Amino acid sequence: MAIEAPDPLHQHGLPTAGIRRRLASLLYRRQTLLLLLLLTPPLLWFGVVYLGSLLALLMQSFYTFDDFTMAVTPELTLANFRAIADPANPLFGANIDIVLRTLGMAAAVTVACALIAFPIAYYMARYARGWQKGFFYIAVMAPMWASYIVKAYSWTVILAKGGIVYWLGQALGLNALLEAVLSLPMVGGSSLSTSNLGRFMVFTYIWLPFMILPIQAALERVPLSLLQASSDLGARPAQTFRTVMLPLAFPGVVAGSIFTFSLTLGDFIVPQLVGPPGLFIGNYVYTMQGAVGNIPMAAAFTVVPVVLISLYLALARRLGAFDAL
Amino acid sequence: MHSEARAPLWLKLLAYGGLAFLHFPIVVIALYAFNTEESAYSFPLQGFTLDWFAAAFGRDDVLAAIWLSVKVAAVATLASLLLGTMAAAALYRRRFWGKEALTLMLILPIALPGIITGIALLSAFKLLAWEPSFWTIAIGHATFCVVVVYNNVIARFRRSSHSLVEASMDLGADGFTTFRHVVLPQLATALLAGGLLAFALSFDEIIVTTFTAGHERTLPIWLLNQLGRPRDVPITNVVALTVMLITMVPVIAAWKLTQGTEAVAGSGK
Repeated sequence: MAIEAPDPLHQHGLPTAGIRRRLASLLYRRQTLLLLLLLTPPLLWFGVVYLGSLLALLMQSFYTFDDFTMAVTPELTLANFRAIADPANPLFGANIDIVLRTLGMAAAVTVACALIAFPIAYYMARYARGWQKGFFYIAVMAPMWASYIVKAYSWTVILAKGGIVYWLGQALGLNALLEAVLSLPMVGGSSLSTSNLGRFMVFTYIWLPFMILPIQAALERVPLSLLQASSDLGARPAQTFRTVMLPLAFPGVVAGSIFTFSLTLGDFIVPQLVGPPGLFIGNYVYTMQGAVGNIPMAAAFTVVPVVLISLYLALARRLGAFDAL
Repeated sequence: MHSEARAPLWLKLLAYGGLAFLHFPIVVIALYAFNTEESAYSFPLQGFTLDWFAAAFGRDDVLAAIWLSVKVAAVATLASLLLGTMAAAALYRRRFWGKEALTLMLILPIALPGIITGIALLSAFKLLAWEPSFWTIAIGHATFCVVVVYNNVIARFRRSSHSLVEASMDLGADGFTTFRHVVLPQLATALLAGGLLAFALSFDEIIVTTFTAGHERTLPIWLLNQLGRPRDVPITNVVALTVMLITMVPVIAAWKLTQGTEAVAGSGK
């Protein structure tokens, strides 16, 4: 690696080199100028294009949509928000159903992900060594990055009638049990791929890696000496786990749950492919802006997940999730 | 944190069982791509064939979708390499007013549900009277890919020592020469890893894309359309396997590239 270093005392060589040199030393002396030059493009992109779009969207949530002419006029109104938040509004019932349906699924998926992820993360952090460490890491990351739409598609294949799950149920003689579960009111449906149970499985599968990695990172940071101290002081392994390990791992669980919760809240592809009819927040927004053309209502509805996630983040902060990040 | 004790059997079973669960749908897609059955998903599989690969890659709509996705991902990756590196270079050693807000702004496009980013960009394009096209897709993708590059590059900046830059300057190199010969070689693998991840992220993105694509069809959108109208099952299976491989290989490569550094690429998506 040869570094061409022109002698600073003899800068009168090529004129272009001189200009370059002067520009370089100007930027070196004026660090703020350099900072400004570096920051301007990302600032323009994010501050103008992205934040601008978000603000424009927020603005449009106050616009008026005419049900008869299907036209949007820039007259400011609170009607869209009333339809979501005011129980006296005729649309409130249907809208709050959508919100509660999505919220319920997000909560269930988050709990399931935490339960399944914890043992995997615990094994990764505590027992995996040498090649196993890399193996587990890549074995969690590869499915996380593998195409989202293909993973969703794969589940429609797995859950299809005559597909793998039904075949397995038949082979093990469990199809009667499956039918019994599917006949339950809330979770069931006419088949696995049109049931809430199926949708719940797909969501849990797709967001699981997002829960494993933060828990593993939190567990990784627990010093071994702490666990030794606990057992030296006479705690049984289960006691050490409950009183030392779990509180220290909890921020990781909360960090992971931010992903699973927020990703489920905003999704509209999985509800479209698997599960019973009945809109999720994402599907409603999508239909409103697309087929109906009611952008103001769609815009107002996007505020719902943002508010829910903000509330959740505030709660997570109280639980100390960010101290661990 | 490591204990010398061996893992109890039940924990081992849960951990490896979890891994099996994570890989099960991937294996399923890989198997069905070679299935002879034409219109259903019955299991056990009917037979083995390679014919669908030739059929899928002979289809104009498939090839057009692949080409569009590759082009979009390439442009989005280039833009996010530039913007992400600039942001990382500006932010890693300096403290100034608004720095926190700026970092938050970079993370926002992947922290907010994709549907919000999608509809926000769409309505902005509408206000500007821009027709949805290749460029609106690429702009959307670049917006959420920047943070991937940024995370990789800033982690590398923090790890490399600034004294090398000072030494280079002391020896008479100017800022550009130092960047070219000292900073860039240090960043190289982080840039490559970040670029690969950005490419994978863009190639697979569907939520923002459904809003910004208009009539254009990227590969994930092509797949989604197929699922809505179940036809060409074998072709869909082959394309699904292809997309799966294109998105999984970069993350493994990125992991290899940054292995052994404290911030391993790809841990956040």
